[in-house]
Formats: sequence, structure tokens, C-alpha cells
Amino acid sequence: MAEALAQGRPDAAAADRATPWVVIYLVTTGVVLLLMMLLGLLMRLVQSGWLALDHPALFYQIMTVHGTGMVGIAALGGVAVMWHFLASYVTLHRAALGINFVLFLIGVVAILWADFISGFGGAWTFLYPLPALSGGAWESGSAALHLWGLLAVGVGVLVICLEVGRAIIVGYGGLGRGLGWHVLFAGSTQNVPPPTVVASTMVVIVTTPALIAGAASLVMSPVNLYFPDVAINPLMIKNLIYFFGHTIINATIYMAVVVVYELLPRITGRPWKTTKVFLAAWTLSTTMVLVIYPHHLMMDFAMPTWALVIGQVFSYMNAFPVLVVTGLGALAILNRSGVRWDLLVTLLLISMFGWMAGVIPAVVDATIAVNSVMHNTMWVPGHFHFYLLLGLLPMIFAFMIYLARGEDVAPRGGDMAAVLYLIFGLTFTGMFLLGGWASVPRRWAVHLSEWMVYDRIATIAAAGVIVLTTIFIAMFLARIPRILRGA
Amino acid sequence: MTVQTQSLLFSFAAILVLAVVFLRVRLQRGDGEDYGPVQGRAYRIRAVFFWVLILVGLPISLWLLRAMPYASAAAGAQVVNATGAQWYWDLDREEVEAGKPVTFNVASTDVNHGFGVYDANGQLVAQVQAMPGYINRLTHTFDAPGTYRVLCPNIAGWRITT
Repeated sequence: MAEALAQGRPDAAAADRATPWVVIYLVTTGVVLLLMMLLGLLMRLVQSGWLALDHPALFYQIMTVHGTGMVGIAALGGVAVMWHFLASYVTLHRAALGINFVLFLIGVVAILWADFISGFGGAWTFLYPLPALSGGAWESGSAALHLWGLLAVGVGVLVICLEVGRAIIVGYGGLGRGLGWHVLFAGSTQNVPPPTVVASTMVVIVTTPALIAGAASLVMSPVNLYFPDVAINPLMIKNLIYFFGHTIINATIYMAVVVVYELLPRITGRPWKTTKVFLAAWTLSTTMVLVIYPHHLMMDFAMPTWALVIGQVFSYMNAFPVLVVTGLGALAILNRSGVRWDLLVTLLLISMFGWMAGVIPAVVDATIAVNSVMHNTMWVPGHFHFYLLLGLLPMIFAFMIYLARGEDVAPRGGDMAAVLYLIFGLTFTGMFLLGGWASVPRRWAVHLSEWMVYDRIATIAAAGVIVLTTIFIAMFLARIPRILRGA
Repeated sequence: MTVQTQSLLFSFAAILVLAVVFLRVRLQRGDGEDYGPVQGRAYRIRAVFFWVLILVGLPISLWLLRAMPYASAAAGAQVVNATGAQWYWDLDREEVEAGKPVTFNVASTDVNHGFGVYDANGQLVAQVQAMPGYINRLTHTFDAPGTYRVLCPNIAGWRITT
């Protein structure tokens, strides 16, 4: 097995990490994340029967903001992590961060206005022709504002992807070399990309077409709003929307996992080597993430059967790189390393557990026979909350803690907060999965009394998650002056 | 045992196994052991794990494809035309014979809807999406006589189609 220890650029210490921008991204991520979590708590309170809303439409407005906002801040936080570490290996232009941030803010204002003031509540999926045919729930103008806002957020992320892609092409000679194909297929040991570059290259390759597909759907839908005679094929646009959404949310984890690749070697003194197995895994992930989105369309029987078979079989195989390479790689580096389990390292460990374990209910749901009775039940938010709440977010929290400590990985303090976060998070996501088992529909505002036991336990667990998230974010916010002084 | 229960038990068991592995690493009292032997063991475990996923998991995934609900209607199936709208389902017949396949021709007059068939215990037994411009055919055999409900687990505005 060929192994090559990739090195950072010689001038890595002088790299422009754009720390003020990264801090702005993380502050925004933290604040919006807390607000979105509170909206999530509100929804669970309503489903628990512990809180009554004046109008059921408000539940769907909250749900739309919660779903869209969480994807937005997952991307913002993921970009912050990826940018910070990638800047050691390639030359990035920070103007892209500024453009993305301005577009993000414009998009957020538009979406908040459209949803909470104008009443749009068509979910992040904005499935055609629902934006135009709300049954009187909202006006076309509010739907258009939401869609334009989402387009602004998407274009901002596309700017980041193009800049990261440009930098990797310039620094490594092409995206294929960024994925290490010259090592994987030609046995080269020259200019071996480190894991951070490999992951970032994958993000560029999968996210760019997904954002273009999303942008296409976000332009087509308003056209239909303004000119109803211009009809869109509902199945085609559903494919575009799920290709967009599925790929983007997966890409946010691939952005954030860079913090694991970068910090575990520094903490343990054990390198994360760019092996051929590692490169093969990322190439497989790159391919499979692009083709497995039909697992969202398994109950659309008009889809070609072969596409749905790919959705099932490749979804299963897409778990291999996560489980076999990144997950086991992290465990190997930590095993018997003598590391002291402080907040930073335990958050990184939890993030690997959350990602790996979250894959399991995801693969189960991507099995057609299971999807027939689990699709659009609580099982679905169960699986994605699992790998986002316990996978992605601990990666971002770990990055915040790392910056707050002045990029020093020396252990300090205990890890009780991380352990509690895991316990509350597991309880919260477990209740979603149990709700799926009980066939509870995922998007009902009002629940039957027999379902409320899951809702109520989840509500309590959600409150615990929010308290601990507040602690992690406060630890970061309190150290911002110090971080900026060191920038 | 229902598909839901099998899925839940499998998922929780697999997550539990994974949790035990992570807990073991977390509780391990290492003293900064040389990485070489640790890495060698990890590579061996990885190889075994990989081949188990390929040789055991992949055939199971392929085997499960036999239960796909996309087959064309069985000969002599009872036919029910179901049309979804904001916010109701219209069925052209409401009684079918148990033990014989039923084909639901599921359509929508406006937006996407979910066509979820629930049994008397509130368990989802079959479903399909309804999409404007398409007719999705769902064939299901009701093994037990009883009253079933059609509910929409999808978003179709702020009300739910029932």
C-alpha cells in the first residue's frame, strides 16, 4: 500500500487565513444556529401539545425557516472550517468570503421577510407547483421573495466553490490532482494532496453542479409564479431540487470534517496519511454523492426504476468511505494514543460517532422496501438530525473551541459538556427514529395523543442540547477579542 | 415483525455496536503507544470490515430489491382511482376485498401529495407520492380485513390532506 505523507506549503505559517472573516462566519453560524434550534424547540413543543399556536400556518413558516436556515448555517460554518485549514495549502482570495457573506445576509433577510411577514411556508423543498398553488396560504410575491433569497444564498456558496476550485487548480495542477489521482492511478509521490485538499476538492466537484441545479430550479419556479402558463415538469424539477439539497447538505459535512483531519494529528502526534485507500475512498464518495440523490424519490413511482435501484445500492456503498476510512482512521489515531480527553478531543470523537452512526438509519431509509413505510415519517428527520446534530455540529464546535484556545491543542479542562451534549443529542434523535417506527408523519403540526410521548421526551432533550450549544458558542464568543488580536 | 420494527431493531443494534467501539477507545488508558502497531491492527480490522460490507452487506442490499413496489398491476387486481387535492383525497371506491391485490391509480389535481395507507393501529402499510401530471400506480394486498385510512405525510400547504 503506497503511502505518502502530504506536507503543507512551506510558507503555511504565513498563509492568509482571513481570520476576521472566519470569525464573522462563526459568530453568524453560532447566533443563527441558536435561533434555528429555538425554532426547532418551538415545533417540538407544539407537537407535544405543550404549546398552542394562534394559526397552524405559523408552524409551517417556522418549519420552512428552520430547515432553510439550518442548511444555510451548515454551509456557512463548513466554509469557515474548510477555508481556515485549506489556506495553509493554497492561496485563497478572501474577497470570495465577503461576497458570500453579503449574499448570505441578503438571502436571510429576504427569507425571513418572505416567511414570517409574508407568510410563505412551503418548506425548504419548495416543491413545484406548491409555491404558486398555496391554496390561499400565501401570495405569489412571498414565494418569489423566498426563492430569490434562497438563490442569493446559493450563489454565494457557488462563489466560494469556484474560488476554492480555482485555488486548488492553481496550487495542485487540476481538480484530478486535488483528488490525488496522480498518486492513486499513476503511483506518483510528488505533490501529494493532504486530506484537507482532497476533501475540499471533492466539495468543489459535487457542490458546483448541485448549486447550478438548485439555481436552475430557483429561477424556473419564480418564472412559473410570474407566468403561470409556463409550466414545468414536476418530476424534472423535483429531481433538480433533491440533487441540489441532498448534495449541499452532504457537502457541508465534507467541508467540516477537515477539522478532524487537521486536529487529530496535532493532538495525538500521529499523522493522517494520504494513502491510496484514502484517495480511493474520496474518489468513490465524489462519484456516489452525485448519483445517490434518487433515494429521496423512491416513492415517486414515475421515476425510472434503474435510478431508484442506484439510489438504494449506491447509498449503501456510499457509507463505506465514511465508515471504513474516515471513521476507522479517526479511531485508529485516537486508540491508545494517551490523549487526555478534554472538550476539544471529545467533540471530535463525538463528531465521528455521530457521522458514522447517522449513516446507519440513513442507509436503512434508502432501502426501497423500508422507504415504502418510512418515507416522510419522523425517521427521515431522525437520520439527518443524527449526522448533523451529532456529526457536523460537534465538528464546528470543536473548531470554535480550537480558535478560542488560540489554536493551541494542549489539553485543558474536562469534557463533561461534550458528554452531556451527546446524551441529549442521542435522546433527541432517538425520539425522531422512534416516531418513524410508529409511522408518525414528519410534517404534521398537530400530533395524535399516542405520538406525544416521543415529542415530549424530544422537547426536553432539545432544551438540553440548546443549553449546551449556548455554552459552546459562548466560550467562542468570549474569546473573540483574543482571536482577533492574534490574527 | 413489521418492516418498521425490523428497521428500528437493526439500526439501534448497529448504533449500539458502534457506540461500544467508540466507548472502548474513549476508555482505553493508552500511554502514547507507538502508532505503527496500532495502525497495523487498524488496517487489518479495516480490511475485514470492508470485505464484510461487500460480501455480506451488498448481497443483502441487492436481495432486498426483490421487495420493490414498482411492479405493474397484478392481473385481476381491484382498481381504486385516488385523486389528491388541497386538502382531501377522493377515492372512487372505498371498499375492496381483503387478500386480493388492489391497484391505486394515484393522481393530483394541484400540488404534490402523499398517499399513505394506515391500518387501524395507525401503522403505515404502503405509500406513494402523488404528482400533478402523473399517475403513480401503487399495488398493495390487504391481508387483514379492517378499516384503513389514507393520510398525507407530505406538505401541501398548511393543512393536511386526509
